[in-house]
Amino acid sequence: MIRFSLNGETVEVDTAPSVTLLDFLRDQRRLTGTKEGCNEGDCGACTVMVTDAAGPKAMNACILFLPQLDGKAVRTVEGISGPGGALHPVQGAIVEHHGSQCGFCTPGFVVSMAVGHATGRRDHDDVLAGNLCRCTGYAPIVRAAEAAAGEAVPEWMADTPPAAHDGLRSLDDFADWYATHPDARLIAGATDVGLWVTKGLSEIERPVFLSGVAGLDGVEIADGAIRVGAMVTMTALLPVLREHHPSYAEMVRRYGSEQVRNAATIGGNIANGSPIGDNPPALIALGASLHLRKGSERRDMPVEDFFLEYGRQDLRPGEFVEAVTLPRTAPALRCYKLSKRFDQDISAVCGCFNVDVRDGVVAGARIAFGGMAGVPKRASAVEAALAGQPWSEEGVRDVLPLFGDDFAPLTDMRASAAYRMATAGNMLLRYFHELSGMAVDVREVRA
Amino acid sequence: MSVAKPLPHDAARLHATGQARYVDDIPRPEGALHLAFGTSQVAHARITGMDLSAVSAAPGVVAVLTASDLPFANDVSPAPSPEPLLADGTVHFVGQPVFLVIATSHLAARKAARLGKIAYEEWPALLSIDEALQADSRFEEGPRIYTCGDASAAISAAPRRLKGSIEIGGQEHFYLEGQAALALPQEGGDMIVHSSSQHPTEIQHKVADALGVPMNAVRCEVRRMGGGFGGKESQGNSLAVSCAIAARLTGRACAMRYDRDDDFTITGKRHDFRIDYEVGFDGEGRILGVAFLQYCRCGWSMDLSLPVADRAMLHADNAYYIPNMRIESHRLKTNTQSATAFRGFGGPQGMVGIERVLDHVAHAVGRDPLEVRRLNYYAAPMPEGPGTGKRFGGEYSPKPEEIGSQKTHYGQPVEDFILHELTERLAETSDYSGRKAAVANWNNQNSILKKGLALTPVKFGISFTLTHLNQAGALVHVYADGSIHLNHGGTEMGQGLFQKVAQVAAQRFGVGMERVKITATDTAKVPNTSATAASSGSDLNGMAVKAACDTIRDRLAVFVAERAQTDPASVRFEGGKVHVGAEVLDFDSVIKDAYMARVSLSATGFYKTPKVEWDRIKGEGRPFFYFAYGAALTEVVVDTLTGEYRILRADILHDCGASLNPALDIGQIEGGYVQGAGWLTTEELVWDDKGVLRTHAPSTYKIPACSDRPEVFNVALWDGQNREETIYRSKAVGEPPLMLGISALMALSDAVAACGSDYPDLDAPATPERVLMAIRQVQQ
Repeated sequence: MIRFSLNGETVEVDTAPSVTLLDFLRDQRRLTGTKEGCNEGDCGACTVMVTDAAGPKAMNACILFLPQLDGKAVRTVEGISGPGGALHPVQGAIVEHHGSQCGFCTPGFVVSMAVGHATGRRDHDDVLAGNLCRCTGYAPIVRAAEAAAGEAVPEWMADTPPAAHDGLRSLDDFADWYATHPDARLIAGATDVGLWVTKGLSEIERPVFLSGVAGLDGVEIADGAIRVGAMVTMTALLPVLREHHPSYAEMVRRYGSEQVRNAATIGGNIANGSPIGDNPPALIALGASLHLRKGSERRDMPVEDFFLEYGRQDLRPGEFVEAVTLPRTAPALRCYKLSKRFDQDISAVCGCFNVDVRDGVVAGARIAFGGMAGVPKRASAVEAALAGQPWSEEGVRDVLPLFGDDFAPLTDMRASAAYRMATAGNMLLRYFHELSGMAVDVREVRA
Repeated sequence: MSVAKPLPHDAARLHATGQARYVDDIPRPEGALHLAFGTSQVAHARITGMDLSAVSAAPGVVAVLTASDLPFANDVSPAPSPEPLLADGTVHFVGQPVFLVIATSHLAARKAARLGKIAYEEWPALLSIDEALQADSRFEEGPRIYTCGDASAAISAAPRRLKGSIEIGGQEHFYLEGQAALALPQEGGDMIVHSSSQHPTEIQHKVADALGVPMNAVRCEVRRMGGGFGGKESQGNSLAVSCAIAARLTGRACAMRYDRDDDFTITGKRHDFRIDYEVGFDGEGRILGVAFLQYCRCGWSMDLSLPVADRAMLHADNAYYIPNMRIESHRLKTNTQSATAFRGFGGPQGMVGIERVLDHVAHAVGRDPLEVRRLNYYAAPMPEGPGTGKRFGGEYSPKPEEIGSQKTHYGQPVEDFILHELTERLAETSDYSGRKAAVANWNNQNSILKKGLALTPVKFGISFTLTHLNQAGALVHVYADGSIHLNHGGTEMGQGLFQKVAQVAAQRFGVGMERVKITATDTAKVPNTSATAASSGSDLNGMAVKAACDTIRDRLAVFVAERAQTDPASVRFEGGKVHVGAEVLDFDSVIKDAYMARVSLSATGFYKTPKVEWDRIKGEGRPFFYFAYGAALTEVVVDTLTGEYRILRADILHDCGASLNPALDIGQIEGGYVQGAGWLTTEELVWDDKGVLRTHAPSTYKIPACSDRPEVFNVALWDGQNREETIYRSKAVGEPPLMLGISALMALSDAVAACGSDYPDLDAPATPERVLMAIRQVQQ
């Protein structure tokens, strides 16, 4: 049994854990304003507002399982309008600025805009990066968002989440339980596991929702290090990174979308072992350590050591990712995410560079890539060749052939092997030029 | 006045509040069933056996049908050649429907559909243009050829010549609402079908054939689509027919919608092309002759490929007068999804071909591409009428052979060519020359990033090239309380057609928009309609509605004039009033009185486009009533290390004639530009060597996202009117703006050209990977 509020009304439901919020809304509650566009969290037509203690967030209902909502408040497009059909300012602005054409994506946009409006956001491109529109070309939608930004938040938008039906479980309890139930399936944000259900059409056997476990979502900033709990979402991590690792933050800004970052966790991005997750290369370049736990037993390892081969991680039965610790500063860190589309696209290549140059000589280099191998991987040969050498464009060009020793990437629908190899090397050149102060980022150029 | 006002979309409020209903939102009767297809897992094979026992035994499954279970026609083709709903012994692409699952829920149907065991005897699959060419696998007996002048002689004799080739990828429609249908069985074997379709009459026709009933036993209703873009012209047939067959079989309502991955895998997309060209030109870049080879990958069935490929040939000139041209068009049959209609319908591919030629020629002669484009534009039409010198035939009057317009390669005079003035205006307002210099300067100062810009024109022919389709009907009722019920054959897919047509109706009666009720397209109200396609929606249906309104209005005028003993022609309908001589009557009271006097207040309207006549085999005649024009300037920046790029700014000037609704028209232009730019940049369809489409969801197929729109995006309407007598002298706007996006591809080409001295052979879509490879090529 779980309890959450839906458009201001408390509901209690007892349902299979693999029922998505979207199916619940459309099939069981006949709230058909929330649309299914892709059923994989990429188009935003199913966007709903979910409020918890941290405030309102936009989330994709199609890959959100009901148990994740225990103790939260959900507001759908039907609840964005006020009593008697009064329009929310963003709804009025959509009408006035011609922000809808076919209208199918509009409810999702309205909810994303309403959340952005409630939280005072003005970075509309980021707020709306997870909502696809095929008709308007976005310009009128952004005009609507800008026009609504100054209006007051209607009082009906205030949500107070009810108490969760099931209280939070302590971390120690969970760790002990999982050590003896290692066949349980841990689910963090469900942005990956959700697709097993919606696309793989499988049932999740013995699911455990980590949203019900206390103490995994903390960020502790100490003198030299930042410890990030496994359940910290990318949204929660972003401000921390903006302060300490701005280049990493800029990559995370493009990680998934607002809706995805509100669900996706750093622990999930590491534990699922994907070779194309964007956090591991950054963490490896930073020299971060991973904290694993089984019962009361803990072990730490450099993040790169966790990834053994494609689909296999150094994780024992009953063991889970508890946290990751990264250094507090790394001024030379630069993260480059290369994809066909800038926002909400999986990286073809993700390259992260952290070269320590002292008196013009490379004292040490940590260079890691996603998308270049079956696991997130360091460019060891390149690193070794750079070490002790003068930091110069010539020196950088000299080591480029060594990427061939480090990597033999695949060709797939995102990029060819040749493109991956070429850009991996070119990213090192870009890194050199960026540190030299040259303009290297197309996103900073204006007409 | 309601016409020419920038009114919002009629359903905007319903969209924004989530109340707008799409097919899957319609409440279904209790016990409704859900459908899913089991599909082919191989690209080309004979089916040697099917074991569907696990499918039938799966939870919730009510029935499983194969081709042999279908009661009547197994055909969902929109073309003369048949296309089976369910594979009849052979399969022709990965994703072809083989069996149909009827189950108690959408999820149960999808799950069961994966349990089928199909045994195949695999045959060689033709996936690429080259493979199809080699096997001579094609539709029609051979290539279609249109010629004017003597291209090969002109090219041989030209001072300069060059050859080239461009690959142009396809495009997934990615309408946000996937294909969907709902069938509701009626008494006596009748059927009502709700379909997300641009072509309700074809749905009605195909359903009737599949049920073995006449068309009058089937009614198809379409309130709205969540996007169409051509993808719902024929691709909804399979779902509607399946629902109807299942509803007939079970006696229960049946619904079907494709999951997004199924939608990608099963349905057709924009045709991909390869266009080889050879061009002869002079030292200034004046084109003397062009020969095109257009290779068009049609997929496994004919669908709409022939008229698509025809339209590509018809747009191989775009805005340019080319005295000697030869176009050879190969319509290749491959073991992939059957490519289908997509906004522009072949026109965009043909246009990319000639724009590429212009870009290449300009590079070769070292001139500004815009100068070369303008040099080759069609001549402005000769002025006509008094004071133009044309009537006198004096010594200094134009010679007879100079009178009249230049003709296209298919012989249609270009009588309305406005691109000289339009281009001039856009170049001024967007500061083309200033920015061209600024870009060159910027490029000199930046070694890693390079900017580029390009201004390209659009001339797009308006009319269905299948001439008989250029007809439309309408049905208008005025109720006794003065409210108006509006119906016509066009469908609403987001373009705002219903609102534009309602504006026409309100205008004809001189009443406010609030009186006009827009209703769902319904084959029982207006029969024998054409698809809402070819940008023709407002032109055709606006005129048909005008005719219906005028019939009623004329009856009212006769009625009130007779009462007032005045001339009916003097009666005016304005501002909710009826002016009869000096008398001013309320519209309401006139309607009430007319009803009491037994005046008919309901009428149909009909319209057929004049002047069009065309022989598609010879490639001669007047396929188009008129042309719509536009131009766009796009500026981009490119990263020479990764090929990443941004569209920094777009300036557009577009011709909608006298716009029926400037807000809706600007919406079509902004959206069309972004969709066109997406097609040519990030939207990449990738099939593997087994014919499996690997980009089958938005996670892998990247349409433009919010931040991909140009940061500076200036759109203006050309202030003019259609020289032809269209509805309030407006022009069609659905498709033409898509081709403004070609300027983005040409701007990228310009930026790449700044990296070296060779001409960049940049193919489309110009993904970052293709851009980087083009950069490397010109740097060598």
